[in-house]
Amino acid sequence: MQQTLRVNRYDPENPGAAGYQEYTVEVTDTTTILDALLTVREEMDGTLSMRCSCRASICGSCAMRVNGQAKLVCKTRVNSVSPDGATITIDPAGNLPVIKDLVVEFKPFWDKMKAIKPYLLPEGTVPKAEYIASDEDMVHLVGVVNCIQCGACVSDCSVLEVDDSFLGPAALAKAYRFVKDPRDGHQKDRLDALNESSGVWDCTRCMQCVEVCPKDVDPMGRIMLMRDMAMESGFNNTSGSRHTESFAKSVKKNGRLNETKLAVDSMGMFNVPAMLDSAPVGIRAMMKGKFPWKAHKSSEPDKVKRVFEKVEGE
Amino acid sequence: MYQHDVLIIGAGLAGLRASVEAARMGVDAAVISKVHPIRSHSNAAQGGINAPMTDRGDDWEGHALDTIKGSDYLADQDAVELMSREAGDAIIELEHMGVIFSRNEDGQLGTRRFGGQKVARTFYVGAITGSAMLQVLYEQAVKLDVNIYEEWFVSNLIIEDGVCHGVMAMNIHTGELHMIRAKAVIMATGGAGRVFEPSTNALICTGEGLGLAYRAGAPLMDMEMIQYHPTTLAGSGILLSEAARGEGAYLLNSEGDRFMKTYAPDYLELASRDVVSRSEQTEINEGRGIDGNVHLDLRHLGRTFIEERLGYLQEVAVEFVGIDLAEAPIPIRPGMHYIMGGIKTNTDGATEVPGLYAAGETANVSVHGGNRLGANSLLDTVVFGRRSAIAAAEYAKNADRHSSDEAMLKSEQQRYQDLMDRPADLRAAAVRRDMGESMVAGVGVFRDQESIDAATQRMKELRAVYPRVAVDNKGKVFNTDLMSAIELDYMLDVAKAVCAGADARKESRGAHFRTDMPNRDDENWLKHTLVYKDGDGSRVETSDVTITDWTPIERVY
Repeated sequence: MQQTLRVNRYDPENPGAAGYQEYTVEVTDTTTILDALLTVREEMDGTLSMRCSCRASICGSCAMRVNGQAKLVCKTRVNSVSPDGATITIDPAGNLPVIKDLVVEFKPFWDKMKAIKPYLLPEGTVPKAEYIASDEDMVHLVGVVNCIQCGACVSDCSVLEVDDSFLGPAALAKAYRFVKDPRDGHQKDRLDALNESSGVWDCTRCMQCVEVCPKDVDPMGRIMLMRDMAMESGFNNTSGSRHTESFAKSVKKNGRLNETKLAVDSMGMFNVPAMLDSAPVGIRAMMKGKFPWKAHKSSEPDKVKRVFEKVEGE
Repeated sequence: MYQHDVLIIGAGLAGLRASVEAARMGVDAAVISKVHPIRSHSNAAQGGINAPMTDRGDDWEGHALDTIKGSDYLADQDAVELMSREAGDAIIELEHMGVIFSRNEDGQLGTRRFGGQKVARTFYVGAITGSAMLQVLYEQAVKLDVNIYEEWFVSNLIIEDGVCHGVMAMNIHTGELHMIRAKAVIMATGGAGRVFEPSTNALICTGEGLGLAYRAGAPLMDMEMIQYHPTTLAGSGILLSEAARGEGAYLLNSEGDRFMKTYAPDYLELASRDVVSRSEQTEINEGRGIDGNVHLDLRHLGRTFIEERLGYLQEVAVEFVGIDLAEAPIPIRPGMHYIMGGIKTNTDGATEVPGLYAAGETANVSVHGGNRLGANSLLDTVVFGRRSAIAAAEYAKNADRHSSDEAMLKSEQQRYQDLMDRPADLRAAAVRRDMGESMVAGVGVFRDQESIDAATQRMKELRAVYPRVAVDNKGKVFNTDLMSAIELDYMLDVAKAVCAGADARKESRGAHFRTDMPNRDDENWLKHTLVYKDGDGSRVETSDVTITDWTPIERVY
């Protein structure tokens, strides 16, 4: 059967010609999107540029957007995206500048990887033989080492879309790999650094990275675990951790969230510049009647309290 | 102007290991690669890395003997001994660098069994050992601040008076061609799988390192020794790791019979790869296949085990053929996987061209001889990657900085321009596919004089049409079309060398099985074949195999 691909083309040497170009190729049940794109490049139009290599979902070269969502195209079958043969739209990965056609500039991606000190930093004397570690710990790390650094998560991260200083899901998953390595001696320093702005607290938990990761690395889950670890390590003086604590405290006390207090607590009681920054939002909320002067209370706060007692007692 | 003491071409395991060693030695070293290091094909190695750990009861002689027997006695025994002796330290070093090797109950490194060996001495990370090692070696290169030319394509060597002084390379992002001068160059460009179709290898495995060294005057050794891996997917040729059989999977024919008991009664599914691939092909040829395949059956291992130990295999099976390994056997067949042959080097990685070193799959030391054991390739990369860096750095210390002739760069620029100016005619991909299919047909699992002659002839014809290969893409930025055309130029040299080696070796040994000469002939052929460039053609010479402690005997599994 035939399948039409609508491919986003861009050539920096001829930017005026940028736009979508359609190609129709012959496909079968097992044809992958990469197979189809290779047919285009090798038999129809050699001007199409893309990265691809292993064809087996291990090299991480071919992440791009398929019908608007990041996918590793070598492991995406055409019929899984378009069972009815509807045209498939192919765009370059998002949140990274386009170099040409489906090729994006990965330098910001690698720079963020480098920023998290992506290498083991053991402490103390080096043993003569291997470090002793449990298989359980190592198998747990395989889940993260499975990351092939394809950038699918970065492409669709909703925070990076508005704030390109965010370390992002891939680099943070990589950081988790070292934070959780029993052989690493710098867990606290690492968490301290990740606790800073652009680190673990900047994730909005939109789940996109979890959704699009072709290797089930679960970057967001790792980020949440690092938040817990950072707080347990005593790094409580960030808006993120204050936000978390205020959230819990408010719900525990009233059975509901006190949003005004949450905002003030998160910024820090004496953080005047941040307060001034947020004042317009507060005023607009007030005008629309969304600025509660008194905390709302749940009708049955005791039930909520019991939930807290149960969880905290564990 | 770019210049370094040591320039390493390729950023897979051999190249990165070399870069780490050179950086530790304090020389000005750089790595150049046509892909980002993390994308290198070493990441596709799945099952593990062999090492006889003498501190826990294994002995290096056992590993050496298995390797030599696996090679069908074509490996140079001094090189094998070195690799076996250095293996333990190499594993511990990798572990200290951060590789998350699987553990046993005591928290020490755990092992699994691999083919051609009775001892479980294969260290592993699930079914992603290569990827896990590559990540760690890249991490070390980052830590040591190694200079890396990412996405630069080396299209020629700077050779003057027979000495290597650097490379000429295109920055893929800009299309600009540059000279990068170096006192010593280490070729670590990996395999040449795409010379064959299908192949387990990535699309980047085009073997130009072999072609570049060959044109510079270095001989290619034992190029006829092509490994067909026993478990690959039909069509795409995608690999399913030997780890499946290492963990107990069966091979079954159409009658549901574990046919390996006929061919290798002692080792069964874990005989050497050449033996297993020939057995499968025999079953298929004699009508006991299933649509040109046999079955790999993991069902008895259970779902939890498969998902924990062989997760990547399960992913490949489900995603690419829609088979759940815990529920059904998967059809597989022998497929081109690895080239034992390569640039002839000594045990320090030196080639016959002064200033040019080689390590990893592109080199031939020779530790794999006629057939490589599974999980010995990763060991080869780290042991000889390191050794080549030490030798290249030493050489560089005593070499003068050479001021190369700019005319050479002009001539290379002209070569690019000529390709760009050719009127549309043949596409590189079409010629490459023809070459690949002809090579599998002519120098496959089984071969004979007629098939070798046919492949040789076809390669001559394809070389003759190469001047008609044109590129659609006339731009400078990320012109992969142009790269493909240049890669093809070198691939045709590699293909020719494989045919020449196969034609020359008048016996059957290891992966080179001639149905017209089915016996091993130690009397006349305990020898390496060496293909040299000779004017516009090539010539084949031979050299003796280094035999130390292990006398060749009949090879039975």
